Amino acid sequence: MKQYVFFLGCIMPNRYPGIESATRRTLKEFGVELLDMDGASCCPAPGVFGSFDLKTWAVLAARNLCIAEELGRDITLCCNGCYATLQEANHLLKTNKELLEEVNKQLASIDKEFKGKINVRHVMEIFHGDIGLESISKSIKRPLKGINIAVHDGCHFLKPREVREHGSSERPKILDELVEATGAKSVEYKDKMMCCGAGGAVRSGHLDTSLDMTREKLANMIAVNADSVVSPCAFCHLQFDRGQAEIKSHWNIEFNLPVLFYTQLLGLAMGLDAESLGLRNQSVPPDKILKKLSSK
Amino acid sequence: MSLTKNQVIRFSDLNVKFVNEVVEYGAKIFGKDAANTVRYCVQCGTCTASCPAGRRTSFRTRQIIRDTQLGFKEGALTNDDLWACTTCYTCQERCPRGVKTTDIIRTLRNLAVREGHIIPEHKKVAGYLIRTGHAVPIDEKTKKLRVKLGLSKIPPTTHKFAESLGDFQKLVKKLGFDQLVGFKEGTR
Repeated sequence: MKQYVFFLGCIMPNRYPGIESATRRTLKEFGVELLDMDGASCCPAPGVFGSFDLKTWAVLAARNLCIAEELGRDITLCCNGCYATLQEANHLLKTNKELLEEVNKQLASIDKEFKGKINVRHVMEIFHGDIGLESISKSIKRPLKGINIAVHDGCHFLKPREVREHGSSERPKILDELVEATGAKSVEYKDKMMCCGAGGAVRSGHLDTSLDMTREKLANMIAVNADSVVSPCAFCHLQFDRGQAEIKSHWNIEFNLPVLFYTQLLGLAMGLDAESLGLRNQSVPPDKILKKLSSK
Repeated sequence: MSLTKNQVIRFSDLNVKFVNEVVEYGAKIFGKDAANTVRYCVQCGTCTASCPAGRRTSFRTRQIIRDTQLGFKEGALTNDDLWACTTCYTCQERCPRGVKTTDIIRTLRNLAVREGHIIPEHKKVAGYLIRTGHAVPIDEKTKKLRVKLGLSKIPPTTHKFAESLGDFQKLVKKLGFDQLVGFKEGTR
């Protein structure tokens, strides 16, 4: 059985535990075991804390990486922000000797040392690479035929390409292929690769600018009759889900587009119920997509 | 046509060493080669044309890079638009000169914070992080939902392990991050 340490971050365990439940349940079906990373903190968020002080960002990220090194397993995670921080910090610490020395000097005060022994892998890499599209297709009990999905990759899953190494960031295929393995259709829409608006400390600092980007993306999804938006990122997920309630109160615009993390979509297709995937506990109810599924 | 006073740029108004400061600071994190790319910009404007934040604010990536190159330190660091960038990396990916735009923006933001340019909303998020180890700490509603979903009530993070939170806060203090963001203990 393949084992990973599960980096939880903040938004998934502390706001959207449905994503955590869906991810644990679906990975278990494929024989992937997740170990706890006891005492892990915020990644820390790349656009917020990386913008305040990059040295602090690197040291606190390294502390998290050390916990995984001690457990001797690669990290997997469900948020592009966590991925951006931990994957990039891991990369920088392995390639920038000056940074490594400085970071380890700081970590010595809590008896830790970054050694560079593990890798950081997005949970989408586990599904696409380790498990594979064929096994996913075989696991489907309730094919999502006729369901139109607006795929939102999010920025930090793929960019910067030089560091992530997942190929094209303008026309990627990974998430679209994973979505289509459930029987659903990934629909094309305008400015598909545009940011959700949450990152870079913009959500916390300039909410109107942040939500205006979300509004534009949601309108483009609705324009092509999407039944749901699916992302691989807990922060994009929050931005689209809670964002719809905020957009309604800011500008009185209502989209009512259910927001699903990839493992919640996969969970539905594998026959899990909406309750255990936490879909009934989000801002936007899942009824639109569930109704279409039950009419099949 | 004669130039008005504010159309004239005097050499004495420029901080020509600013670009060196930016490169030196960025190099400590991203490495010398990446940080040095700020010098390669030829002002083509691909960054600004690709920027989703620039479409709805007056944030202009090209201008920020030019300000840095020429030494308009004040212009680069005090402009609130510097904080409209969502760090989506579209500009960095498309730059024909290989300028690490997003890395440079984060570097400039660090320098801005060091000069005291940080808004109360951002101080608040930093406060959550310092107090709990999380930018978004858990709430009672989520604790209940976690149990309902069959998850542990408290996630196995700094929320659960006081000793780990202690280590985390020790690093924060040692790095002076609490001072930098104006964190005051006991405040909310």
